[in-house]
Amino acid sequence: MTQKTVLNALHRELGARMVDFGGWDMPISYRSQIEEHHAVRRDAGMFDVSHMTVVDLHGARTREFLRHLLANSVDKLKVQGKALYSCMLNEQGGVIDDLIVYLLGDEHFRLVVNAATRDKDLAWIEQQAKAFDVAVKERPDFAMIAVQGPSARAKVIGLLHDVDRPRIEKLGRFAAAAAQGPHGMPLFIARTGYTGEDGFEILLPEEHAVALWKALADVGVAACGLGARDTLRLEAGMNLYGQDMDENVTPWEAGLAWTLSLDEGRDFIGRKALEAQKAAGVPRAMVGLVMDEKGVLRHGQKVLTPQGDGEILSGSFAPSLNKSVAFARIPVGVTDNVRVDIRGREVPVRVVKFPFVRDGKPCEGI
Amino acid sequence: MSASEIPGDLKFLKSHEWARVEDNGLVRVGISNHAQEQLGDLVYVELPEVGASVQAGTGAATVESVKAASDIYSPVSGEITEVNEALADKPETINEDAYGDGWLFVVKISDRGELDELLDADAYAELIENEDH
Repeated sequence: MTQKTVLNALHRELGARMVDFGGWDMPISYRSQIEEHHAVRRDAGMFDVSHMTVVDLHGARTREFLRHLLANSVDKLKVQGKALYSCMLNEQGGVIDDLIVYLLGDEHFRLVVNAATRDKDLAWIEQQAKAFDVAVKERPDFAMIAVQGPSARAKVIGLLHDVDRPRIEKLGRFAAAAAQGPHGMPLFIARTGYTGEDGFEILLPEEHAVALWKALADVGVAACGLGARDTLRLEAGMNLYGQDMDENVTPWEAGLAWTLSLDEGRDFIGRKALEAQKAAGVPRAMVGLVMDEKGVLRHGQKVLTPQGDGEILSGSFAPSLNKSVAFARIPVGVTDNVRVDIRGREVPVRVVKFPFVRDGKPCEGI
Repeated sequence: MSASEIPGDLKFLKSHEWARVEDNGLVRVGISNHAQEQLGDLVYVELPEVGASVQAGTGAATVESVKAASDIYSPVSGEITEVNEALADKPETINEDAYGDGWLFVVKISDRGELDELLDADAYAELIENEDH
C-alpha cells in the first residue's frame, strides 16, 4: 500500500506531480523542475522529506553499540546536537544504508535513515542492538522539512521565537538544536542537507507540518519536489543509496572512503572485509563524469574505458551547469579516453573530481 | 485539460505524438501538451536526418527531459523533409508550445490511409482523461 506523508494533501492542492518513491506517494515537482532547482541554488526552497525514517536509540551502552554498528566513528560526536554521516555495513563490507546520526544525550542518539530501506534497516539495527541492550524506537510521529539555499537559514530563523534566534544563527554545520517555531511549535533544527547549499533540515511533530510549510511559503521559500532534490544532490557530489551504492558495493568503491574511520581497536561490522579488500587492491572506483556534448547521461548506461567497462550510477542533466554529469563506477586508475554508450552512440566524457557544484557555483574543471 | 484546448485539426497516436496535415500535404509531427507535462523540463532532442525514411508507429526521434529519455514514434510512414533545428538550442520550446513552435519533424507521407488510423482530438482528449484517473 502506498504511504502518504502528512503534507500529501497540501502537495496535491499545490498541483504537484506525484510519483511512487520507495512506496511513498511523493511530489516530484510542482512546476518546472529546473526552476525549483535554481530556486534552491539562488534563494531558498523546501522539500517534504517526511518519508525518511527517524529512529531513536536509548540505553547506557548506545555509544558502544554505534561504535560497532557504524563505519564512521561515533566518537567524533562530543557535543550534544552534533551530527555525523556514516555508512552501516554488512559483514562483507557492503553498504546496508547511509545515514545521519545525532548525539542527543549520554544515552540517547538519533538516526535518520532512508525511506526505501526502512524495513531492512530496522531489522538489522534491532538484531544488532540486542547484545547491547539498546532500545530501538522508530519515530513515525515526526515530519521532516528540508529548507535549503543561500537564503534558507535567514528565512527559517525569522520564523523562530525571539529567544531562540541568536542560538540557531550560531548553529554550526552538521549540528542540531531544539527551537520554537511559529505558534510555539517544537522544532528540531539540523544544519544539514542534501543539496550542496547551506540550510536546515527540520524535524517536527507531524501535526505542525502543514502550518510550518505554509509559514515558510509565506516568507518566500519555494516548494520543491524530489526531482530537483535529485539534481541538486548529484551536482553536490552526494551519493544516492540504491543507485550509487548498495549491499554489493563497499564504501571504497562508492567514493565514500572519507566516511570510514579505521580508528585503532574499533571492531565495527564490515571492518575486516574492508581491510581485506584494501590490502588486495580495490578494483573499481566511483568517479565523476562530465559530458560536453549534447545528451544526457543516465543510470545504467555502459561506460567504455581502455581498462574495461564500467557503468553510469546516478546520471542527469545538471541545471546549474547546463550539461550532463554523472557518477560512474569504472576500473580503478582510469582518467582518460572514456566514452559512454548512449543508444549505440559512443560519446566522449571527461573524468573529473566531484562535487560538480558547490555553494551555487561550478567547481573548477567542470 | 479539456478537449477544447487541443487543436481540432490534429490527429494523435496513443503514445502522445500529434500529426497535422498541412496545406501542401506534408505531415508535421510533435508531442502533445499532455506528454510534455508528463515528461517535465525538456533538455535535449535527438531528431532524424532529413531524407531518412520513417515507419508509422516506430521510433523516429528521442526527447530527453531532466527525468527520462523517451522515444518518439512517427504517426505516419514516409520521408523526413524537415526537422526543427531550433530545438537543438531551445528544447524547452516543446514545454512552452507543444502544438506550435515545439514541433519536431515533417514527413512526406507515403500512405495517406494511415491518417485514418489515428485518434482525432476528441478521442485523444478522452484517452488522457482516462489515463489521469
